[in-house]
Amino acid sequence: MARITAGVGCSHVPAIGVAMDSGITEQPYWEPVFEGFEKSREWMKAQKADVVFLVYNDHCTVFDATCIPTFALGCAPEFAPADEGWGPRPVPVVKNHQRLASHIAHSLILDEFDITIMNEMEVDHGLTVPMSVMFGDKGIDDEWPCLVIPLCVNVVQYPAPTGNRCYNLGKAIRRAVDSFDEDLNVVVFGTGGMSHQLQYKRAGLINKEWDTQFLNRLTSDPVSLSQTPHIDYLREAGSEGVEMVMWHVMRGALDDDVEEIHRHYHVPASNTAVGHIILENKKDQKAKI
Amino acid sequence: MGLNKDYEDIPGTFVFDADRGREGYYLNQFCISLRKAPNREAFGADEGAYLDKYKMTAEQRQAVIDRDWNQLLELGGNIYYTSKLAANDGINFQELAGLMTGMGIEAYRAMMLAGGRSPEGNRYQHEWDEKGEK
Repeated sequence: MARITAGVGCSHVPAIGVAMDSGITEQPYWEPVFEGFEKSREWMKAQKADVVFLVYNDHCTVFDATCIPTFALGCAPEFAPADEGWGPRPVPVVKNHQRLASHIAHSLILDEFDITIMNEMEVDHGLTVPMSVMFGDKGIDDEWPCLVIPLCVNVVQYPAPTGNRCYNLGKAIRRAVDSFDEDLNVVVFGTGGMSHQLQYKRAGLINKEWDTQFLNRLTSDPVSLSQTPHIDYLREAGSEGVEMVMWHVMRGALDDDVEEIHRHYHVPASNTAVGHIILENKKDQKAKI
Repeated sequence: MGLNKDYEDIPGTFVFDADRGREGYYLNQFCISLRKAPNREAFGADEGAYLDKYKMTAEQRQAVIDRDWNQLLELGGNIYYTSKLAANDGINFQELAGLMTGMGIEAYRAMMLAGGRSPEGNRYQHEWDEKGEK
């Protein structure tokens, strides 16, 4: 049977991708950003994930304003990196586990999550930057070490889905994966954030205290954390900080009882506080021993 | 009962909701077209002719021509769309933020390196009103 064993929370700042693609990660500005992912890459390798279920948002790249799905599940065979205005990132095409994606789509809709099914889709930095930070440098002729099922969430046009909805969607994804008949190790990524505001006169807002309590409560107090109203994200973590609702999908897909394996926090990467956490289900840890 | 737009009292912030999405629709569709290289070339060759293809208001059109980044947001633009126009001009996200805040690119970058803008005094419109910030 397929099983979800661990979750990763991770910022997806585009400038991180640019830094990797232009080979400047050892510069003093970037070195502390990437240092925090060294352990994560080792962990990712040891985890031997067959599939990453990756929750992210598109940044008005692939989805224009003609159609704004709240939840769009990638069911295509593969997803090419998109041109975001300065050429596509030079990273591998993302390959799907298409049979599992179809199974999840079917299961979610019967579970009353009326998602949109994407049979063709490109992916922007929201998806490729977390892949790069967790798997390291890969060129366009390389392959990612595992398959990826993308779930694209609207967080651009207000309102994003509530944290509660996202958390419960995570639970439904868990039920879907648990009922799939192939033996697969699935890791869920929730991406975006942490505090940042990119727009207008208050741009540059960072709230380390707020981000820290978010990371703390993700392990110990996830249900009440998922009840955080949108206004708190907007006011406290910046207008683009609302991306963090996507971390609740990841948390909902895990067991109630998880252990924090790793955490990294650094300000700034461009306009943004970089946050990262790795959580493992405790019962899966026992199974490994 | 109307919707409670409790986010309207956050200073220096436009939350891009469905009303703003409606207002800015053609402006934003113009901006996103620039993510494709042939469109960037066509826009660069003749901005006026390219803009004629989009049914935006005269004010929105002028804000595009003027590269008035704040005005673009005030007229229904969204930052992820307007950043495509900025990228076309060789301006990245951090430089764009430096311009929108009125701080300038260098001072903004220095603020970010020092930990960013604190939420203290930046949560409610009345806090900016009392400081005389617009």
